[in-house]
Amino acid sequence: MKSVSINRMSIRFGAITVLPEVTFDVAAGECFGLVGESGSGKSTILRCASMLTDSWTGDALIGGKSVREMGSDERCRALQMVFQDPYGSLHPRHSVRTVLSEPLKIHNIGDREDRMAQALRDVGLPADFIDRYPHQLSGGQRQRVAIARALILEPDVLFLDEPTSALDVSVQAEIINLLMRLREEKGFTYVMVSHDLAVIDHMCDRFAVMKSGDIVEILPREAIAGNQATAAYARELIGASLTYDRAV
Amino acid sequence: MQTPILEVSNLSLRYPGASEPAVRDVSFTLGRERLGIVGESGSGKSTVGRALMRLLPQADLSADVMRFEDVDLLRASERQMLKVRGARMSMILQDPKFSLNPIRRCGDQVAEAYRTHVRCTKAEARAKAIAMLDAVQIRDPERVFEFYPHEVSGGMGQRIMIAMMLLTDPQLVIADEPTSALDVTVRLQVLKILDDLVRERGIGLVMISHDLNLVRNFCDRVLIMYAGRVVETLQADALDQARHPYTRGLLAAQPRIGGDRTALPVLDRDPAWLTSETHS
Repeated sequence: MKSVSINRMSIRFGAITVLPEVTFDVAAGECFGLVGESGSGKSTILRCASMLTDSWTGDALIGGKSVREMGSDERCRALQMVFQDPYGSLHPRHSVRTVLSEPLKIHNIGDREDRMAQALRDVGLPADFIDRYPHQLSGGQRQRVAIARALILEPDVLFLDEPTSALDVSVQAEIINLLMRLREEKGFTYVMVSHDLAVIDHMCDRFAVMKSGDIVEILPREAIAGNQATAAYARELIGASLTYDRAV
Repeated sequence: MQTPILEVSNLSLRYPGASEPAVRDVSFTLGRERLGIVGESGSGKSTVGRALMRLLPQADLSADVMRFEDVDLLRASERQMLKVRGARMSMILQDPKFSLNPIRRCGDQVAEAYRTHVRCTKAEARAKAIAMLDAVQIRDPERVFEFYPHEVSGGMGQRIMIAMMLLTDPQLVIADEPTSALDVTVRLQVLKILDDLVRERGIGLVMISHDLNLVRNFCDRVLIMYAGRVVETLQADALDQARHPYTRGLLAAQPRIGGDRTALPVLDRDPAWLTSETHS
């Protein structure tokens, strides 16, 4: 298990400052949520911390070590990411086998067949799915493949960028259950972006509310139900979600 | 209930080349009320909306009755449909980013909706459009009139679409996932505006959505669709008393704020749902 700590992360694209300066810590084994409206910089934090974007300043530490000091091999084995849209994040002409074996080849890891079979087992897919292509899979199955791809290098930290928002509620439940089970079994640290506070409440221990690149407030999960936020925007966001959820 | 605005009986539809029909034997009537249609992706809910607007000319459509007020939607010519579509029944689509023309000013697009159906001068149409933008609570509508779609936010874009669709005083509005592209905070505002206008003007509303919370809060009655079939019809406030296992499964699968965080019940799909009779 490794902790994540984001230290004065700041990025601008041209004249627009997307993240003025963001700092937060996630304990090892914790599930930490990032919420806020679209454009508030939630996904940008994940993209920066995973070095998909590298023109930022400040630092991101995984288990105490800066992502900038890690080579790409080491970084990929420390953290992996699951993206929002399983229709867009899998290559349409790569089979599941190609998707899962490529990281193993790059990292020179042996017994690939066993590892791939294990990864499929972990995400609850039948072993014979290995030769399927994305168009032969449903949305939920694709997201499982995307999660298997993230698991195959046995990372410590998983960044989840809206992992269920493109899925139906019934399928979302399966993926949430899967993510919760994996965290229990493998002790992952999760940083999860979501716009759905019900999902955050279900999965996360703490979460940060973001607005135009700033963290407005960091709250424990328990603060959602009674709307105990103190910052005005956080109260508004939680209030809106509660109204939306109230009839349930 | 007064005379229904919309009457549909045994609507079935098959897309060209598909082996299975996308919609099977869907029947419902709509008065001056708000009807929700919910279901998962691929359940045929949007197809029903599009079939009502006769936007699927290539598809193989059959129904015993499909009537909108005095118009027989099964037999109306395309010429007749042009007078109905956009004037008396209109449709609000999901994402303003893709549904507004990116190279025309927002206001002109709203005014065009009016000028297409009502003979008037440009100045009158402009005045109408600005008044309508004001009605959907856009501050400073004259300024927004001149904006291009990329200059407005998602929530404002969706309000512009609502303005466009309500400008001709339709009797029926079909809203296909009107807010799923919006943030939670904006979503409620937009729904409130749509809801107020629909009630004020006594418009019949068909709200197509995958979101059970949304239809529960903003509809009177709900149809639940599974694999092209209506499996259950319920009053929105009685959604908790759903009897069909599919509806119950969907409700249970939602994570809730303040829930106990145990594993969420997963839907167990029974092949019998594809053929069984409708609960109501």
